[in-house]
Amino acid sequence: MGIEILGLPMMYYIAMVAKVLVAFVFVLLTVAYATYAERKIIGHMQVRLGPMRTGWHGLLQPIADGVKLFFKEEIIPSQASTFAFLVAPLIALIPAFITFAVIPFGGVIEVAGYKIPLQIAAYYDTTAGQVFDVNVGVLYILAMSSLGVYGIVLAGWASNSKYSLMGGLRASAQMISYELAAGLSIISVFMLSGTLSLTKIVELQSGMGGFEWYLFKQPLAAFIFFICSLAEINRTPFDLPEAETELVSGFCTEYSSMKYAMFFMAEYANMVTVCALTVTLFLGGWNGPLTAAMPLLGPVYFVAKVYFLMFVCMWIRATLPRYRYDQLMHLGWKVFIPIALVNIVVTGIIGYFI
Amino acid sequence: MNPITPIINGMAITFKHMFLKPVTLQYPTERPKVAARFRGLHALNVSHDKAKCVACYLCPTVCPAKCITVEAGEDANHDKFATVYEIDMLRCIFCGYCVEACPVDAVRMTGEFELANYDRKDFIYSKERLLEKK
Repeated sequence: MGIEILGLPMMYYIAMVAKVLVAFVFVLLTVAYATYAERKIIGHMQVRLGPMRTGWHGLLQPIADGVKLFFKEEIIPSQASTFAFLVAPLIALIPAFITFAVIPFGGVIEVAGYKIPLQIAAYYDTTAGQVFDVNVGVLYILAMSSLGVYGIVLAGWASNSKYSLMGGLRASAQMISYELAAGLSIISVFMLSGTLSLTKIVELQSGMGGFEWYLFKQPLAAFIFFICSLAEINRTPFDLPEAETELVSGFCTEYSSMKYAMFFMAEYANMVTVCALTVTLFLGGWNGPLTAAMPLLGPVYFVAKVYFLMFVCMWIRATLPRYRYDQLMHLGWKVFIPIALVNIVVTGIIGYFI
Repeated sequence: MNPITPIINGMAITFKHMFLKPVTLQYPTERPKVAARFRGLHALNVSHDKAKCVACYLCPTVCPAKCITVEAGEDANHDKFATVYEIDMLRCIFCGYCVEACPVDAVRMTGEFELANYDRKDFIYSKERLLEKK
């Protein structure tokens, strides 16, 4: 049987590590090519072409950008708090990636006789015959996504520049306002599912050929969650922390080279995660036709749904101008939070009587 | 006031525009169509293997940017001709008054618009360089 560690064969560990690597590299590539896709899509929506010169139709653009940023000069402002300044991009980047650990991107596949659930933080218990994952997955995601703002605030503060500081302050205020509404809108999903485990939530949405999706049961919650997520990850129309017109470049004004690239990677990784989370909570996760017969179709459906939502993000960016700061606060506190609260009450009442 | 419909209308517009033909001109590989009466780089017209210019000084007189330098000389047939004919492209405003003023149709403007150079003195076009553009 070969070497065994903690009662599990070596192959199992290799398969698990391979799963983590494949998922991570896939997310990284998606992040890189999301920048390209965004430029292309927005370009075509503005009747332009977007990148065309690097490679066929600009396909090598993300690589060229990466190489360029990597070789750029590293500038640390003399009045900046050096340690915090250096560590801020990491604090922004790491939560953006580790959030992905609990998102199920497929069912259970069988590799060399071992059943492997396609979710990074999960394992298949052969004696119990079921998948165990982080049973507070959503809580973990909410915690990690709110950690990301520390990087931005720290970057703004450590830069010792008024634009950066304003950007950081705006990011934290925006985060607090929208995290609330997003959290409240997820609560109505839990009231239906009765569990915080993302695997269970996906399983509950598997029936009826897609009509069991929480999008149809909780359209308002899905809408609020998606919009608030856009605000939380600082994407247009809520990109006030880096509003070019007012704040030069917001919290990343003083950053250059790879540290700047890390903020950008964090932004796009957050977009991937938020879209993946929306898919998991509201669009049935990796469910789709024929997944029972071919488990490898699960990730395909999942990726297709995530890419669709990312397209919607870019579409929104190409369409809407930035909100004014007071409008942003008004929208968060006076529109989304009351609607989410009413949604919870109505869900509760209907759930009680049915 | 309903805030949702304008957003949806806007999204519909951007989505439709995604399928329109892009207006981008891939410049160095695709060339723009220069109009027939485009006012680009000057050219000195040639007749019987020499410049038509008779050095009448009407073009430097009319030039609002004072960019044309002409010096007159006399050839073997006792005809007046321009020994020096220089246009400073850094000062030229491409108004075309010199072409209008010329009584012998000696100067015209071409469709040439790529006038970048590495040195300031390269922008002063001598008579020879202006003649080259047929």
